[in-house]
Amino acid sequence: MKNTTITLAHGNGGSESKELVESLFYSAFGNSILNNSEDAALIENGKLAFTTDSFTVSPLSFSGGDIGKLAICGTCNDLAMMGAKPKYLSIAFMIEEGFSFDELKNIIKSMRDELEKNDVIVVCGDTKVVPKGNVDKLFINTTGIGEVYYNGISASHLKEGMSILVSRDIGSHGAVIFAAREGMALSSELKSDCASLYPQVKSLVDASISIVAMRDATRGGLAAVLNEWASSSGVTIEINEASIPICEEVQGICELLGFEATALANEGTYVIAVPVEEAEKTLEILRQTNQSAAIIGTVNNSYKGKVVLRSSWGTQRFLELPTGELLPRIC
Amino acid sequence: MSIELKDLYDDFRDAKVIKAYAKQIAIDAKELNRPIGIMEVCGGHTHTIMKYGLPQLMPANIHFVHGPGCPVCIMPKERIDHAYTLAMQENVILITLGDMIKVPGSNGSLQDARAKGADVRFVYSPMDVLEIAKMNPTKKVIFFAIGFETTTPMTAALLESVITQKIDNVLFYINHVTVPEVMTVLMADEENRPVENKIDAFLGPSHVSVIAGSDIYEPFASVYKRPVVVSGFEPVDVMQSIHMILRQMIEGRSEVEIQYSRAVDKKGNGKAQALIRTYFEKAPFFSWRGLGKVANSSWKLKEEFSSYDAEKIYKDILPTKECQDHKLCRCGDILKGLATPPECTIFGTLCKPNNPIGSCMVSSEGACAAYYRYGNMK
Repeated sequence: MKNTTITLAHGNGGSESKELVESLFYSAFGNSILNNSEDAALIENGKLAFTTDSFTVSPLSFSGGDIGKLAICGTCNDLAMMGAKPKYLSIAFMIEEGFSFDELKNIIKSMRDELEKNDVIVVCGDTKVVPKGNVDKLFINTTGIGEVYYNGISASHLKEGMSILVSRDIGSHGAVIFAAREGMALSSELKSDCASLYPQVKSLVDASISIVAMRDATRGGLAAVLNEWASSSGVTIEINEASIPICEEVQGICELLGFEATALANEGTYVIAVPVEEAEKTLEILRQTNQSAAIIGTVNNSYKGKVVLRSSWGTQRFLELPTGELLPRIC
Repeated sequence: MSIELKDLYDDFRDAKVIKAYAKQIAIDAKELNRPIGIMEVCGGHTHTIMKYGLPQLMPANIHFVHGPGCPVCIMPKERIDHAYTLAMQENVILITLGDMIKVPGSNGSLQDARAKGADVRFVYSPMDVLEIAKMNPTKKVIFFAIGFETTTPMTAALLESVITQKIDNVLFYINHVTVPEVMTVLMADEENRPVENKIDAFLGPSHVSVIAGSDIYEPFASVYKRPVVVSGFEPVDVMQSIHMILRQMIEGRSEVEIQYSRAVDKKGNGKAQALIRTYFEKAPFFSWRGLGKVANSSWKLKEEFSSYDAEKIYKDILPTKECQDHKLCRCGDILKGLATPPECTIFGTLCKPNNPIGSCMVSSEGACAAYYRYGNMK
């Protein structure tokens, strides 16, 4: 029964996605650059960073952003997370017949705004219009090239004693999309965290922070990033559960639906590992952008390859890679 | 004054209170003259216990015995196969709740059926079925209803709306089961239990009791002499309930007590109970996974509503073959509290959340899923 068809679980950023990518794509296309499986590939002897991403979101427009903003932020953030300054982008549109011209204009406008924030230009593109029903309204692919100005960021460089920080409260993008998609009437001000991260990363580099690892916690959320790091570096990441910043609205949606905020997607929230002696300074810089940034844990060697959550009452548990589709619990 | 959502859980996860209960339980447990096993019947409690690491806070002479109260876990393969068959019919939309779509049947899960083109959806509230039915007038919308006393009134309310709104394309496939009968089965077999799996007391399912009242557990206290404490789902609730059970045991009492008094009383929700009895009657038996046929432990639609009963309407196409569980899968023993997940040889190896062999690995309320997800760390 297993793997006779692709299921939605293969696209969730958790263990099934990993299995699909590793068993099929890496085995067919694998090479020394691809196999590093970083947010962006480092090419030309590490001088350039190169990445691509396709965007599909329902609804196309949500509190705090739309698919256009997402498409620019997503690719630019992947470059920024590798210590690169985003420089050139390609954009490809797949548009369903019958799509509203005005809606497309609005999406283009938010793309322009986001391009400015990253100081990046679009240098090539493609448009396909397909018959009704062949795509869901609009898909966008963006590919980006950035110039590396900070070297050595890697998921496999974590060592005992390092500190782990998160740039702001987690899970708001996932919570907004879930609430909107399911037509949940929430009387809240909750907005997606969707944002361009390059300016923030630049201020860290300008302050001479030694960035060991850095990743935006997109699909699979904080849990996916931490597990990937623990496994790539062969270390334990120990998180103090109470220190993970989660806003009340996100926690509320999680309580209602039975989700964990650590598994919810983000689009402008990143996790960073730094030497312990630089943790406070890093926090100070992160808080200039968002007050909810926090030091959430440390690296040790107690359970290699695992992420351990410590509760404030002295118990501990593993934080697993999210698996399957996110489904609400029953009763 | 308005109540914020966080008011509903904040105090019940307070580290100081949890630690204080842990300390008191450790002190009082010294008065026990033998180790005791406490069965949390409900899968929601299993989830809380594992998520918050409560076994790590227990003294060596108190352990948890996990029970059969997870509506997804107890669903036998035959009924999943029925759902799969119904979903694969032309012009059918099959609707169910959450995790149910992941449980493997003989041909695969409802998720697999969906990947093969079946229209399978899940809803948060059964009432969402009405909207789907109205938007798809040419299709049959079948609600695969599952759950204990907690969710049964919602299905009854849905049927009532379907009837009053004269919606003619909604059918029901009913799998509503009841808790006390299956607890009785466990007690009847108690003599044969190995000493390490004995059930000395019950943590009573409380959302069940919001509907059905706490009186449904009286026989377990009066006849079987087992303390029962109806508990809330936050860690402070469970710790307080364990302490209440402990006091009963030390003082030689066996009573039904309500810890979750903010939601539960002795008699329950009369209106919801009336709603159930308007549309449902007890079925002669239900085949529980792992426990077999349990008499009087489920509901079926009354005869006068059989035109809404998918089980009757599609009788001729529903498979009748009995299914065996995987021969190494120990879901049956785990549901009875006779084994813990790590005692199953395929736990975490062949059977994982992304490739579940048994149902206990599927639902977040299943014991195997909870052990796998949170680790059973000491």
